[in-house]
Amino acid sequence: MKSLPLALLFCLLPYAALAHHTAEHSKSMMMGQMGDPSPTPYEAPPPPEAFSGPAHAADIVFDPMTMAEARETLRREQGAKNAYKIMVDRLEARMKEGNDDYLWDGQGWYGGDLNKLWIKTEGEGEFGEDPDEAELQALWSRAINPWFDFQAGARHDFLPGDLDRSYLVVGIQGLAPYFFELDAAAFLSDEGDLTARFEGEYDQLLTQMLILQPRIELNFSAQDVLEIGLGSGLTSVETGLRLRYEFHPEFAPYIGIGYERLIGDTADYARAANEDLGGWRALAGLRAWF
Amino acid sequence: MIENSPFTVGGRTGEAITINGTLPAPLLRMREGDRIHLAVTNKLEEDTSIHWHGFLIPFDMDGVPGLSFPGIRPGQTFHYEFTLRQSGTFWYHSHSGLQEQAGHYGPVIIDPATPDPVQYDREHVMVLSDWAFMSPERIFTQLKQEGGHFNRNNLTLFGLFNRDHNPAQDMSLEERVMWKKMTMDPTDISDVTGAIYTYLVNGHGPQENWTVLFVPGERVRLRFINASAMTVFNVRIPGLPMTVVNADGENVRPVTVGEFQVSVAETYDVIVQPTHANAYTVVAEAVDRSGMGRATLAPRMGMAAAVPPLRPRPLLTMADMGMGGMGSMGGMDHGSMGGMNHGSSSGMSSMSGMNRRKMRNPENAPPDVKVGVGVDMIAPMPKDRTGEPGLGLKNVGHRVLTYRDLVSLKPNKDQRQPSRYVEIHLTGNMERFMWSFDGQKFSSGVEPFRFALDERVRVTLVNDTMMQHPIHLHGHFMELVNGHPGNYPLKHTLNILPGSKLSFNLTADNPGDWAFHCHLLYHMHAGMFNVVTVRPLTRRRRG
Repeated sequence: MKSLPLALLFCLLPYAALAHHTAEHSKSMMMGQMGDPSPTPYEAPPPPEAFSGPAHAADIVFDPMTMAEARETLRREQGAKNAYKIMVDRLEARMKEGNDDYLWDGQGWYGGDLNKLWIKTEGEGEFGEDPDEAELQALWSRAINPWFDFQAGARHDFLPGDLDRSYLVVGIQGLAPYFFELDAAAFLSDEGDLTARFEGEYDQLLTQMLILQPRIELNFSAQDVLEIGLGSGLTSVETGLRLRYEFHPEFAPYIGIGYERLIGDTADYARAANEDLGGWRALAGLRAWF
Repeated sequence: MIENSPFTVGGRTGEAITINGTLPAPLLRMREGDRIHLAVTNKLEEDTSIHWHGFLIPFDMDGVPGLSFPGIRPGQTFHYEFTLRQSGTFWYHSHSGLQEQAGHYGPVIIDPATPDPVQYDREHVMVLSDWAFMSPERIFTQLKQEGGHFNRNNLTLFGLFNRDHNPAQDMSLEERVMWKKMTMDPTDISDVTGAIYTYLVNGHGPQENWTVLFVPGERVRLRFINASAMTVFNVRIPGLPMTVVNADGENVRPVTVGEFQVSVAETYDVIVQPTHANAYTVVAEAVDRSGMGRATLAPRMGMAAAVPPLRPRPLLTMADMGMGGMGSMGGMDHGSMGGMNHGSSSGMSSMSGMNRRKMRNPENAPPDVKVGVGVDMIAPMPKDRTGEPGLGLKNVGHRVLTYRDLVSLKPNKDQRQPSRYVEIHLTGNMERFMWSFDGQKFSSGVEPFRFALDERVRVTLVNDTMMQHPIHLHGHFMELVNGHPGNYPLKHTLNILPGSKLSFNLTADNPGDWAFHCHLLYHMHAGMFNVVTVRPLTRRRRG
């Protein structure tokens, strides 16, 4: 606290020049300077002649139509440029006792700072066979604050047999305090079933290029969905710890371990159907974006 | 003549945009008072332009497409014509798209009409710039994809264990957690870094030992121009003190320093007087210490002096967060903490209560600042940091130039008190790479900053971001309010340190529409741009 008066002095120093300003003006400015949050610093509107024409000075020298076109280009070039990203988050082989399988998990977006089209896909299957399940989402993504996007759209699951399902999707995705990457979404299927998914991951830099990434995924169901073996409540937990080496930030192979398990009634259904409940896996894969 | 040409540096060749075939473009030497006529022919397949940076000329000659003129179409020739009413070191560059990054820039010297108060026997121009083999459009896209993408000097876990021996990693676990809590990164100093940049002096890479000559005993004037797209440089010549005599083309009272920081688009002229027949290295170190430009000052060709290694990357502090007025952390500077203890504990108490919400409280800004998606921070207690030497340059063992050291040689022409006060906030979102004034990108259709002709205004720029921004106003000089009333230095570009504020007086004496923007190219391209209008366009005749 000792240095507070000194800091204030520093703040005010440049305003010494304004000493013979009107008292009211100076006072309000000073208060602004001191960081007092409540009073607004005095800002007068420009004098009336500042609003005199023409609206665009160059229009009196150059062809106004040509200028209007160029002006639109200027506007677009300072802030309206769209971008894109295609991200392969996990493209991996998963080794466990018995049979090995594969998994992909990627997303891509295109758009501006506020609105984006967002595509997500993931799926898995046994090597040499078609995927057991594959999922594709197409979402409109709208920035709702500096760090998070609201997302809404459709999801389609490609499942073996006649079990394909479509869903409406509502979710949020973004960066939480402490740099946790979060993605939470609720899904309403064309059969009326409500499910939800939460994903979180975190990048811990060990060195500039060696990065350890813990990841967790939780799946929920609001009701039993017998056709696809879901019981209500928490249905499955998937955790992983991946160690990647960024040869280039855009290209990083990794190794890791994962543990996943069906939970609750979902686990009971699987057990009854003599299906695998999950377990430990060794992982090897690639993370890439461009 | 503006065209595409190959450019080679470090054994690689890329495609550049050049003027008369050279990078940088040719030195233009002019004389104050002269009427200048320049014919610029566009041989590119896209529109181009030349902006005369720092020139006090009519708005229709200023060279900003869509504002001062329509731009120069492919195959067209545009005739610039204006009278020079100033002298000093300036530069010129494209104001179209991202062409500046590709090499479209060059130096200008305007010799004074009256005898130069600066005495020198010899002079050399030093154009500092950053070159990338990646296309400018790709660089911008990658910044949108991942804001911190080009930073290869992050805090790491191994660094934490080794922090006693590595100043670049010297931050305690507690502090690291605090920064993470606010999703702020204390190593995020430059958006684009040596990871893709080669830093150039007059178009030459650091390996080329580009050499300029002197005769021992001579007073040598070095005219430094930072023509970079994104790089702030720390300039020093080990073994040779530099006397700063001119800033942004305007003479200042001589001040002798060991080092100065030159932000993008600024210029500094220094006098050096080497007395021995030794070679000296001119070091232009990137502010984030990810690389350097290098030249040699020598009595004859073929000599070289030792090139000092890059110094450790500094870390941002609470002052950079805009909490400069809080606690005793204000002026602390980790990057150069050489012999200091790791004590930021004094600042921890005030920092521990902070979170993202408190760091962007709209009440800390005027109501016209739109605190939306594009604003991830509002500086809670921005401080005047014009007395500081620039990021990472405290305790470097020699005197470093500060903005308060700059005193105009001539008294300011307009000694009126400002009649109006304007506050402009520099805002951004690091994660989404959004940049703006008062929370609104230029593309969102903003109201210009309006001034009446010959109006005298006090403008305060508040930096609500953790990056420094070189703010450039076209067609005018800004009087930097730095404690030297009557002799404020005149600048065309003002660098605002992170989390700080800075004021200037403006006499709006050049009618027309003028660009006002951050001179970090990709910040401007992301929206940190607006128009200053000065009306009416003609003065009424008096008497």
